Amino acid sequence: MSEAIGALTDATFDEEIGAASEPVLVDFWAEWCGPCKKIAPVLEEIAGEHAGKLRIAKLNVDEHPNAARRYEVMSIPTLILFKDGQPVKRMVGAKGKNQLLEELVDYLV
Amino acid sequence: MSVDVHDVLIVGSGPAGLTAAIYTARANLAPLVLEGEVSSTSDQPGGQLMLTTEVENYPGFADGIMGPELMAAFRAQAERFGARLETVKASRVDLSASPFEVWVGDPTAAEPTYRARTIIVSTGAKALMLDLPNESRLLGHGVSTCATCDGFFFREHDIAVVGGGDSALEEAIFLTKFASSVTLIHRRDALRASKIMQDRALANPKIKFRWNSVVTDVLGDNKMTGLKVRDVLTDEVEELPMTGLFVAIGHQPNTDLFKGQLTMEDNGYLVTGLGTGATSTNVDGVFACGDVQDHVYRQAITAAGSGCMAAIDVERWLESSHP
Repeated sequence: MSEAIGALTDATFDEEIGAASEPVLVDFWAEWCGPCKKIAPVLEEIAGEHAGKLRIAKLNVDEHPNAARRYEVMSIPTLILFKDGQPVKRMVGAKGKNQLLEELVDYLV
Repeated sequence: MSVDVHDVLIVGSGPAGLTAAIYTARANLAPLVLEGEVSSTSDQPGGQLMLTTEVENYPGFADGIMGPELMAAFRAQAERFGARLETVKASRVDLSASPFEVWVGDPTAAEPTYRARTIIVSTGAKALMLDLPNESRLLGHGVSTCATCDGFFFREHDIAVVGGGDSALEEAIFLTKFASSVTLIHRRDALRASKIMQDRALANPKIKFRWNSVVTDVLGDNKMTGLKVRDVLTDEVEELPMTGLFVAIGHQPNTDLFKGQLTMEDNGYLVTGLGTGATSTNVDGVFACGDVQDHVYRQAITAAGSGCMAAIDVERWLESSHP
């Protein structure tokens, strides 16, 4: 796990998302999911390049099913962007870096 | 011009593209592979095998091998001999230019990203969806393109798989690990899957069969709650309560990039055998291999075999016409 991307748990989810001053992109993932593994390095790059404007955090749905259930995640990877603690954007499925940045452009100010 | 000219540029990185990369790399042609972009469909680096589980029919692996593991081995073997792989997707090609021109990113950019003397097209095929409006709306809310990713979320659910081929049965069998029941919906009254897969599916107590039926709608507001299914013999429509849908009804070739430039069949598959080699397309110096030009066999091993053929065709083309 890189330093750029923190790991959330069911216990810390609300607190960490709520306390963040910048938007937080949460990556709902699991070990067995091939596309999830593929986007991990893409997300690390984005996190590194947009430090201060965007935080990226991961939630392992296998180990922490409650948060995933609460946000009705039924497909992984699902990326949900939280702003001021509220979900504002949801992306289902793995995407390349450019596609992801295009989707996030409105929130990277 | 600032852009280097590559001897061989390979578009796509499934069994066909990576086999072509291994062979051309070993021929010291330093191939550049545009392996595609990350996605949750089979249109991704590594191709269709990235979304499968156990591959039991690839020769050399007596005990079977996981699809992604097999593709990682292909990739490592190509890199070992000097192939360069870029995790990007071509956005435009100009096959009338000499050398050929390939763009990545903005297709309207004045300068191409790459130039190449030969191109091997191995962009493969991607899974077809039902093409229903509510199907795309409920993607990620019950509708899934990746059984191996999402099976977990359907523990104790009643779900459906649409299709009758090997992929459909493989998904159905895999999903019985999680779901209470998997209903296989097929438009005919017989499966086209291999005998071994049929036997396994028919013997699986969790798999139910719904023959002669097509899905006409996916139901649900924020989450999938059911399917509308029409019996093609009686025209009767029934609603089935279901919370998950996996579609495996066949494939379409990834050939949009080459429309108007490469000769295609009516179904979009590339036509080969049009030049000196079995993998030649209508454009001299452009070769095609794998599922992008094959809607008949569509196996990892046949794709790999045709990738080897394309590499040999490229080698001969470079030697003879452009020493």
